[in-house]
Amino acid sequence: MAATQEEIVSGLAEIVNEIAGIPTEDVKPEKSFTDDLDVDSLSMVEVVVAAEEKFGVKIPDDDVKNLKTVGDATDYILKHQS
Amino acid sequence: MTAKIKPAQGSPYARILGVGGYRPTRVVPNEEILKHIDSSDEWIRSRSGIATRHWAGPEETVAEMTLEAAGKAVANAGIAASQVDAVIISTVSHFKQTPAIATEIADRMGAGKAAAFDINAGCAGFGYGLTLAKGLIVEGSARYVLVVGAERLSDLTDLTDRSTAFLFGDGAGAVIVGPSDEPGIGPSVWGSEGDKRDVITQTVPWSGYRVGDVSQLPLGEDGSLKFPALRQEGQTVFRWAVFEMAKVAQQALDAAGVAAEDLDVFIPHQANMRIIDSMVKTLKLPEHVTVARDVETTGNTSAASIPLAMERLLATGKAKSGDTALVIGFGAGLVYAATVVTLP
Repeated sequence: MAATQEEIVSGLAEIVNEIAGIPTEDVKPEKSFTDDLDVDSLSMVEVVVAAEEKFGVKIPDDDVKNLKTVGDATDYILKHQS
Repeated sequence: MTAKIKPAQGSPYARILGVGGYRPTRVVPNEEILKHIDSSDEWIRSRSGIATRHWAGPEETVAEMTLEAAGKAVANAGIAASQVDAVIISTVSHFKQTPAIATEIADRMGAGKAAAFDINAGCAGFGYGLTLAKGLIVEGSARYVLVVGAERLSDLTDLTDRSTAFLFGDGAGAVIVGPSDEPGIGPSVWGSEGDKRDVITQTVPWSGYRVGDVSQLPLGEDGSLKFPALRQEGQTVFRWAVFEMAKVAQQALDAAGVAAEDLDVFIPHQANMRIIDSMVKTLKLPEHVTVARDVETTGNTSAASIPLAMERLLATGKAKSGDTALVIGFGAGLVYAATVVTLP
């Protein structure tokens, strides 16, 4: 069953917490992965792969660079989840 | 008529008998890299785990580094150089393609008329060479095989490319593979993914310089012609290395019938500390497994990285002879090779 927007944000929060050690409550749609959440380009790959597994989506490398904020990633997953 | 052909008599198994390495004398700290790129020591360390690397001087050619490493490996194996009957050298940074540098090494090390050839398997070169050596020994075409990874990647480094300038190092790592009564090298899980051949490449082919079409060639800020360099798509390589190569590493363990709990040492290609850390996490290796982290002070030396790291772990007592080690190389091609070995 497709995840809701809220479920995706909280799922991403768990992933970012696991990978970058940022408290889940700080992971909000308007936050930038690199500027606000200490997720650098390599950690972003780990976030993406974890999100792919969690939400059953494919996020190609070419699309990853467009996912600047948690909201961008949430919208992408909402649109592409099967 | 079809005559009956007598096959060669091989050894039942093969193993690594000795290892040796050579690191150039000049140590290059991140501060020196920063003369050419807008970055910081902290950034380089956080993205790669690299603090220093060795860069070869004019006298430290691929051949000289290889001879040093080979001599140590032969001594470590307790054999005479004259007993080596095949020499396999993996390099992408020896700039005279013909003849193969392996022939010069065989001659100068005292291996006489040993079979000698070069291979080009990028950062998987050591695993590819090891696979070939094992096959030769078990089949019977050779008894003692020298396998070397030797690189001067500083020659293929674009000092102004802030994503790669800090990555590469120089050095040579060698092993002697020989006959064994017990299996000392597991099945190789190796292969290529040529659909990703553009992910890590030399910027321009050498033939571009012959044609002389300057518009196709890399130019410096002053308009001068630049030497080719290695370039890579960092995020794509990272994703492949961590997640796809963890699967390959697991397959190598499974093929050898070795559980992660029974592993003593993990020696992945020393590409980047972040890749190493993520692979360890993805593979869920137990705490007791010693992980090679030679990249911190050696940088990425491509085919040389695994034998160099192996030698250092043994020399520093972090690993010991007889330990069971998982080795995996991966890189330009893309190519990969993983296997489980008994350390010499």
